Amino acid sequence: MRKALGISRIYNILVYIFLYAPILVLIIFSFNDSKNRAVWSGFTLHWYVDLLHNDAIINAFIVTLGVSVLAALVATVFGTLAAIGFFSMRRKPRAFFMGVNNIPMTNADIITGVSLMLLFVFFTQILNDLVYFVGMQTGFWLPVDFHLGFITLLLAHITFDTPYVILSVLPCLRQLDKNLSEAAQDLGATPMQAFTKVVLPQLRPGIINGAIIAFTMSVDDFVISYFTAGADVSNLAMEVYSMARRHISPEINAISTILFTIVMILLIVINVRSIRQEQAEAKRLHALQRDASR
Amino acid sequence: MNSKAFVRIAAAPYVVWMAIFVIIPLLFIVGYAFTNASGSFTLENFSNLGVYAPVFKNSFLQAGIATGVCLLIGYPFAYILSNERPAVQKVAILLIMLPMWMNFLLRTYAWMTILENNGFLNQFFRAIGLVDYLNSIGMLSTDYIPMINTSFAVVLGMVYNYLPFMILPIFTVLSGIDRRYIEAAQDLGANRRQIFRRLILPLSLPGVLSGIMMVFIPSVSTFAISRLLGGGLHWLLGDVIDMQFLGGTYNPHLGSAISLIMMIVVVVCMGIMNRFGDGEDEAVLL
Repeated sequence: MRKALGISRIYNILVYIFLYAPILVLIIFSFNDSKNRAVWSGFTLHWYVDLLHNDAIINAFIVTLGVSVLAALVATVFGTLAAIGFFSMRRKPRAFFMGVNNIPMTNADIITGVSLMLLFVFFTQILNDLVYFVGMQTGFWLPVDFHLGFITLLLAHITFDTPYVILSVLPCLRQLDKNLSEAAQDLGATPMQAFTKVVLPQLRPGIINGAIIAFTMSVDDFVISYFTAGADVSNLAMEVYSMARRHISPEINAISTILFTIVMILLIVINVRSIRQEQAEAKRLHALQRDASR
Repeated sequence: MNSKAFVRIAAAPYVVWMAIFVIIPLLFIVGYAFTNASGSFTLENFSNLGVYAPVFKNSFLQAGIATGVCLLIGYPFAYILSNERPAVQKVAILLIMLPMWMNFLLRTYAWMTILENNGFLNQFFRAIGLVDYLNSIGMLSTDYIPMINTSFAVVLGMVYNYLPFMILPIFTVLSGIDRRYIEAAQDLGANRRQIFRRLILPLSLPGVLSGIMMVFIPSVSTFAISRLLGGGLHWLLGDVIDMQFLGGTYNPHLGSAISLIMMIVVVVCMGIMNRFGDGEDEAVLL
């Protein structure tokens, strides 16, 4: 039995090696002083410095950050309100809306991407026709040309971010004590005050988690962005894709290392947060039990 | 404002949003799939798909193999992990999720540098004399083992990228199995093999199904992995769709027809999975 457990542990460790070895190779060779990445020829930060002078990368970084922050913000507001609304519905309509809500998560990304692309192309066409029509009728030509770009990218990101916020707020709603809001109102709070002062704080962990998940999903997305960003705008993932298709470059290794480090830090922050929350919860519970036993 | 009224309209903005950005786009796909460039109804987009039969076959085959390999690697892993202490499990699952937080393009790119003709693995094979040996027995006539731009590389890329999607739902289900069932089976005289075959395996089936779907769908629809690791030589369904929308052979009608078929496959998979119940909720959140 002991020995069997030992062997199976070795198996699991091998799986971890399979998962991590490529990432390790990637990180190590981001510091390699040679364009031929297979041979180690000395330590350098050259590729990181190059990144700072690469305008395409800097632009892509700004686009990624901008779209992720904005999409996560909008999705968090949308998702929280929607979760509250869905939760109060009867079973049948709730099941229906949750089903629709699940579509962007279960569908293949490429289908979400191309379907949104068709929609955006259609809308920009109509808007351009409208501009043309107004110009023909009045002789006043609006100096605009609608095409896929940052706005359509943002709309797409909000669309696939919101379902994750909803899924992370709903469990908090289930745990919510319905009497709390009524108790607050009995004590003289207006319904709005009861909501913002009593209900919302209880939902906070779910809302913050949802926002973080939405942000990460946006930073990470390639496929849907690829189809909805148009020709002139690209985020980091799209930039990496076009770089990797053209040639292999140690700069990509450097980006990977930076992103991996950021993700590590984010994960540590999230985990420390949740551990602290659990400890605080345990303390509160302990105090309550002590009071009760007195 | 009354709180009841507020709750009633709270979901309204998002419901409108879903109608515009989830439902209507899907209707666009259906509409495009059944029309031609001049806008009249046609079934041509589907009858012309015969040309792509090899791509369909290739896609389903490679995604199927990748899913099978993930299951073979992932199930034992999840099973072993489910027997560990909870503290170990927590860290172990975190370590499985960590690579998934890195963009899949970067994970795929990592394998590009490893599998290249002059890459990490080939350097290694050369150093241990494997390349020379294979040359001497006539199995190889180059100074490298060709790995990049093969179907093998594409399947490897899929397995590497989506293995955690297989492990997590199976682990969730396995660790949720009530220990008392196993004790009861032992009391009734079942041996370890019987316990696994008659008890644990059937109970873990929802997780397995959920894992199969979560690996198969992204594998069958990928185009970046096949482009980067297959060198564009081994087309998958995703590549064909990409080509119709953003590539040289612009034809959104044909692309929509293929997307529609893929959507139907997804819906059928979902239907099968829903019949077998839960396990997917936790996994989806990852």
